[in-house]
Amino acid sequence: MTEKRMLILASGDNVGVLLEDAQQGDIAVSGDIRVPCLEDIKFCHKIALNDLPKHTYFIKYGEIIGYALRDIKKGEWVHTHNLDDVRGREGML
Amino acid sequence: MDQILGYRRPNGTFGVRNHIAVIPSVFCANHTAKMVASQVQGAIAFPHPDGCGQHGKDLQQTINTLAGIGRNPNFGAVLVVGLGCERIHADSLAALIAESGKPVQYLNIQEMGGTLKAIEAGVKIVRDFAFQLSQQQREPFPISELILGLKCGGTDATSGIAANPALGLAVDKIVAQGGTAFLSELAELLGTEHIMERRSETPEVYQRIKQELSHCEDVLERMTKDYVRTSEQAALVTPGNFEGGVSSVSEKALGGIHKSGSSKFVGVLDYAEQPSKKGLFLMAAAGGDSDIATSLVAGGAQIIAFTTGRGTPTGFPGVPVLKITGNSNTYRNMEDDLDFNAGQVIDGTLTLEQAGEGIYQEILAIGSGKPTKAEVTGHDELFAIGRYECY
Repeated sequence: MTEKRMLILASGDNVGVLLEDAQQGDIAVSGDIRVPCLEDIKFCHKIALNDLPKHTYFIKYGEIIGYALRDIKKGEWVHTHNLDDVRGREGML
Repeated sequence: MDQILGYRRPNGTFGVRNHIAVIPSVFCANHTAKMVASQVQGAIAFPHPDGCGQHGKDLQQTINTLAGIGRNPNFGAVLVVGLGCERIHADSLAALIAESGKPVQYLNIQEMGGTLKAIEAGVKIVRDFAFQLSQQQREPFPISELILGLKCGGTDATSGIAANPALGLAVDKIVAQGGTAFLSELAELLGTEHIMERRSETPEVYQRIKQELSHCEDVLERMTKDYVRTSEQAALVTPGNFEGGVSSVSEKALGGIHKSGSSKFVGVLDYAEQPSKKGLFLMAAAGGDSDIATSLVAGGAQIIAFTTGRGTPTGFPGVPVLKITGNSNTYRNMEDDLDFNAGQVIDGTLTLEQAGEGIYQEILAIGSGKPTKAEVTGHDELFAIGRYECY
């Protein structure tokens, strides 16, 4: 169990960005915020800072970057397998 | 105000390079143009697949682009090479370029009596241009005469965290001194309308931005509606983007918009359009790296600042392309292709402000003659004329 640096770009974001490769069981740390990684998460990939129910918007830079395709647990890797975007294509939420 | 050492042009603009452009008005003249340019030091040919068999707005966009490249102040003189029966006449293209006041000549292969005679006549013209330009010295010009084109390619999540915010600080410094910058890549701005609204100088500017983005999204939907979801998204976010941690077009857009800094947008330009005032503009160009870089240069950008997370080696003929990465691993891996490592912000060895200042100083140095890595290695693949109705 190792601490790994994490960046949260804006207050109110519900995802953080790993600043180094993290393995399952590592702790992502940004100031006082500590989130255990539930799975391996690569450098610059996102981690959920809280439990987020299905259809919750993911917030990064203080802005919507997509929504949850299913319930998300705190510490889960957030990427295209569980995030969808409402822009640049037909079919909205 | 800071200064750059450049080449004064007759219309009061300044080039940061002093090349001769040899521009085919039609693809049929590509080989001749390439042969002519290859015979004279400092001459650059601009071969392309267009100039005939095009109509209406699509034809006009090609004309505007070729004229804009010719007018770009990095080129001190221009030879237009035509075939003689194409839609874009060499003489009318030459006349559009000559509006800039620089020396321009044209010739047609059919009138010259074929390829060999055209090459011989062209080499003589371009050689005389080279003697003329060789007499010119660099002289100081103010930042207010600089147009910086902004581009990103091979984006990863470091682009939005380090490279783009650092470049944005440099852009703020240029715009604050009365300089000009072009943000582009419409499809990558989808999802940022509310931010663009805050950053538009007038409601009219925002209306135009909204209209361009909505048009872009319509074209995209029309072109992708028969394809499955993954293909639709892949049109905007490449596999490399996904692998680098970018999950959606909105996320990519939010990271990308940072590279324009925090100034207000004073206007919107069409593809390849030259601005009539100074400041930060949105250029309504879409497509791949090359289509957009070409529009930026045709609009008058003397330098392109290009952020890349994954690392891309590309360059533009006659226009320095400054490569900035936010990823220290990428910088170490591709140092021969990259000019500035903003990844030091993530490593904790530079503040964002220091990285912004570093990029700004690099822009001044490159403008004054320091070659970019892409220039040193000879990269020139970013010239490609965008077709109308692209996304």
